[in-house]
Amino acid sequence: MAAAVATMMPNLGQQISSKNDMIPDWTSQEVSTGTTIMAVEYDGGVVIGADSRTTTGAYIANRVTDKLTPIHDRIFCCRSGSAADTQAIADVVTYQLGFHSIELDEPPLVETAANLFRASCYRYREELTAGILVAGWDRRKGGQVYCVPIGGMLVRQPVSVGGSGSTYIYGFMDSNYKPGLTKEQCLELTAAALSLAMERDGSSGGVVRLATISEDGVERRVILGNQLPKFSTH
Amino acid sequence: MEKHCMDSQVKGVSTGTTILAAIFDGGVVIGSDSRASIGGEYVSSKTINKVIQVHDRIFCCMAGSLADAQAVTKAAKFHLSFHSVQMESPPLVIAAASVLKELCYKNKEELQAGFITAGWDMKKGPQVYVVALGGMLVRQPVTIGGSGSTFIYGYVDAKYKPSMTKEECLQFATNALALAMGRDNVSGGVANLVVITETGVEHVVVPGDKLPRFHDE
Repeated sequence: MAAAVATMMPNLGQQISSKNDMIPDWTSQEVSTGTTIMAVEYDGGVVIGADSRTTTGAYIANRVTDKLTPIHDRIFCCRSGSAADTQAIADVVTYQLGFHSIELDEPPLVETAANLFRASCYRYREELTAGILVAGWDRRKGGQVYCVPIGGMLVRQPVSVGGSGSTYIYGFMDSNYKPGLTKEQCLELTAAALSLAMERDGSSGGVVRLATISEDGVERRVILGNQLPKFSTH
Repeated sequence: MEKHCMDSQVKGVSTGTTILAAIFDGGVVIGSDSRASIGGEYVSSKTINKVIQVHDRIFCCMAGSLADAQAVTKAAKFHLSFHSVQMESPPLVIAAASVLKELCYKNKEELQAGFITAGWDMKKGPQVYVVALGGMLVRQPVTIGGSGSTFIYGYVDAKYKPSMTKEECLQFATNALALAMGRDNVSGGVANLVVITETGVEHVVVPGDKLPRFHDE
């Protein structure tokens, strides 16, 4: 009788864990920065942004995470994927880039940083889950955004989004981005796009962290939850 | 839309399509792309019509397997016309949506299908109903579905306003479909749109080369 009932039950998607309700899933799930990250180039620098939620399963381990990680004075990376993997890679690249910069006796290129990320992500592609946006400013090419998604590809793009929440904002980004935006327009676009993604993606939320990187330096700001741009609710 | 894979235990059976419906001031626009694909590799039809008329002022779109779509809408059409004859009046949009919901809920193990029903009736004017995968029925002013819909959630949230004019709504729907088709490889072809108002039904087809183009980086 029990067997008959069991086969009648719809097996819609999730496997039925034997531990189920007894043990909370945050004791067994890996910490993930299921996230939304974005980077936009403008004439003279880049604007980068990220949400602030880190999850272990259904539990939000950190609701004020800083996913914008400095790699060098004028180079940052936005991290998505496994929190552990991306932190480890960022540490390695920070070391390698710092060493390289001292050898060169001049600030490193953004393309160099991006290639260092790519080297690590591609070599260890089977073990890692890391999607990274590398963005910064250097004297040779100005503001640049490089995308290093899972698998270890490297491509430069004028605007790039990443993380689980990014799928929801491709349409918004395609329709609202034009080449030649000013710094303020880029900041508005990034804040709006991240808010929209955070509304729809369960793994993204919290506050919006923004940073502007240019020749003059790095300017950071935070937009709190209640100050985020609002869109018509339906 | 894909030919249905019989193993319904497989998570995330691809619903290769983009469908949407939106209410404007005085009516409703319902639309979809026109691509049918097999396994996301081969486009079996470039001009398939996914907006199906189930009654004079009621249309529905389906995301899911092509076989399920045809079977369910055929059954729904029959139920609805029978109901309409019995009631001696045009059916309500919620009746059409409920018929689909019953079919989806009762057969939830076999079916992998989500529906959008849109139409106009005398009682409540223009309405949009969505029947989700397990058989839930919800009324919304605007709704999107199918694999291509994930890419336009942000756009729809930002751009949709409840009382647009017919032209604004058509432009909104065309833009949304174009953006989704631009990012989703199993959505494409032409944009099939239907405008339903008290006065009648208008079919609008936007061929691929006339679709709005956005900044292609």
